[in-house]
Amino acid sequence: MARLIDSRYTPLVAVVFVALALPLIFPSPFYYRIGALVFIFALAVIGLNLLMGFAGQVSLGHAGFLGIGAYAVAIGPTHLGLPSWFCIFAGAGASALVAYVVGQPILRLKGHYLAVATLGFGLMIAIVLTNEAGWTGGPDGMSVPRLVLFGWPVHGSKAWYWVAAGTLAVGVALALNLIDSPSGRALQAIHDSEVAALVLGVRVARKKLGVFVISAVYASVAGSYLALLNGHITPDLAGFMRSIELVAMVVLGGMGSIFGSLVGAGVLVVLPQALTGFHDYEHMALGLIVMGFMILLRRGIVPTLGAALAGRAP
Amino acid sequence: MAEFLQFLFSGLTVGAVYALVALGFTLIYNASGIINFAQGEFVMLGGMTTVFLALAGVPLPLAAVLAVVAAVAIGLLLHRFAIEPARGADTVTLIMITIGASIFLRGAAQVVFDKRFHSLPHLFGTDPLRIGGAAILPQSLVVLAGATVIVVLLWVFIDRTLFGKAVIATAANRLAARLVGINTGHMIGFSFAISAAIGALAGILVTPITLTSYDVGTLLALKGFAAAMLGGMGYALGAVVGGLLLGLLEAFSAGYLSSKYKDVVAFLVILAVFFVMPQGLLGRAKVERV
Repeated sequence: MARLIDSRYTPLVAVVFVALALPLIFPSPFYYRIGALVFIFALAVIGLNLLMGFAGQVSLGHAGFLGIGAYAVAIGPTHLGLPSWFCIFAGAGASALVAYVVGQPILRLKGHYLAVATLGFGLMIAIVLTNEAGWTGGPDGMSVPRLVLFGWPVHGSKAWYWVAAGTLAVGVALALNLIDSPSGRALQAIHDSEVAALVLGVRVARKKLGVFVISAVYASVAGSYLALLNGHITPDLAGFMRSIELVAMVVLGGMGSIFGSLVGAGVLVVLPQALTGFHDYEHMALGLIVMGFMILLRRGIVPTLGAALAGRAP
Repeated sequence: MAEFLQFLFSGLTVGAVYALVALGFTLIYNASGIINFAQGEFVMLGGMTTVFLALAGVPLPLAAVLAVVAAVAIGLLLHRFAIEPARGADTVTLIMITIGASIFLRGAAQVVFDKRFHSLPHLFGTDPLRIGGAAILPQSLVVLAGATVIVVLLWVFIDRTLFGKAVIATAANRLAARLVGINTGHMIGFSFAISAAIGALAGILVTPITLTSYDVGTLLALKGFAAAMLGGMGYALGAVVGGLLLGLLEAFSAGYLSSKYKDVVAFLVILAVFFVMPQGLLGRAKVERV
């Protein structure tokens, strides 16, 4: 059992299997929407996990990239007349560029200082999105035109479920490949000790910047999908609480575990939906659950359970 | 000149609150290495509890005292039931626990209190004082005086009492402190209690000016954290300097540049400081050992 969880392509197999199996047990089309949300958040969380769990760099502003991706598919078609599919790529490109430019100075900082710097960065994006009302609709947000692919309008939860699942599978495969490459091992060396990695000949600054850009692209694509799925966006998408939510998903699922990212996104997307019945007590319950998980499964759900299973195996 | 004074005072007032929140961050960080993101909720609890006790007919001074006691109790509970059981966990795990606690407290406040904005009466009325052409609320001076008293008392306590020295010892080296017989667990619990009290007091002092509601804690925690880092995490003086500086930055950029982009300006300056001084204004560089 433990070997199953540890094996390299398990997360990919799991995504494909879960994506195919879930519709069989969905009682209503509403569940497709939740499924799509889980897949989309999982995509962003995997990107962030590459940065946090593998390279050991914290980002408290990753929702900023979510925002760039989301507003790209809103502003591009509305104001510039560009096709939506192109804007997904344009958004990803813009995010990569922003990450490249911002990352050069920011990633030189360490620990909590990096946390504040990324937090500030995320905040700036949210503030710009709120204030440039001429382009973004201000705090009320703006509506997002539908995505049309080869004359086929991608519309409704069901369609997005499959698009998100497919993209997530690609995202997982790419992430797994990266982890297993020399670059991935270099990143883990940086995580363990930057000085030691430097001495071993790892180009620390370049590797960190690289993974920051990659994680930005993951978040940006997720943001674009989120915007297209919901049909409407507000600057909250890029806000501080979103960034915290993404970090919570990474840590809850397990840092440095791709499988954990899927679980983390699943838990924190489904939980609030399940808790809406409690109305006023929703936030209390959410807070308690996050605390409880982190106290009991301190290394995250997947690594802790994996270790427990491995310990029990003969 | 009048304009300058006006911005100066509003910056100092807000900055004093940031400084107190940053001080709370610093105390807990020094004792335990934890960044307590529930720090802003203590500010909220102080303000909201006072408001609701006063509404229930409790005299204002007593309500304020009870609010501080309530915040301290919650700080101790937070330590006992959330931080203590997770002893030895990763920094990020501990941070997530405090974020969970902050979500929980906000949710609880929403149920126990309500979702509206509330205010408290000003201590010396609302007639502004004229100083050099600027109009300054007496409550601003109350906030500044209160913050000064808190900082001085804290300094005297930490610097002049045996208990305070135990706190410093714990901050300097937890293992060594344990070896000389200091109960570091108690010190961490104590730091939560003091931080909660400081936060609650800040909340009570500033509520007449800025109003309070169940969700004011998030932004304050964020600003307080940034202020503590600006000054250099782990340095009490740095927290005060960082807080005041952040408040002034916001006030002056709101006044002279753009009120919409005041936070952007503030953060740009913080980033600029980090690039020149990666350990904050008063922090010292630590050498990583391999």
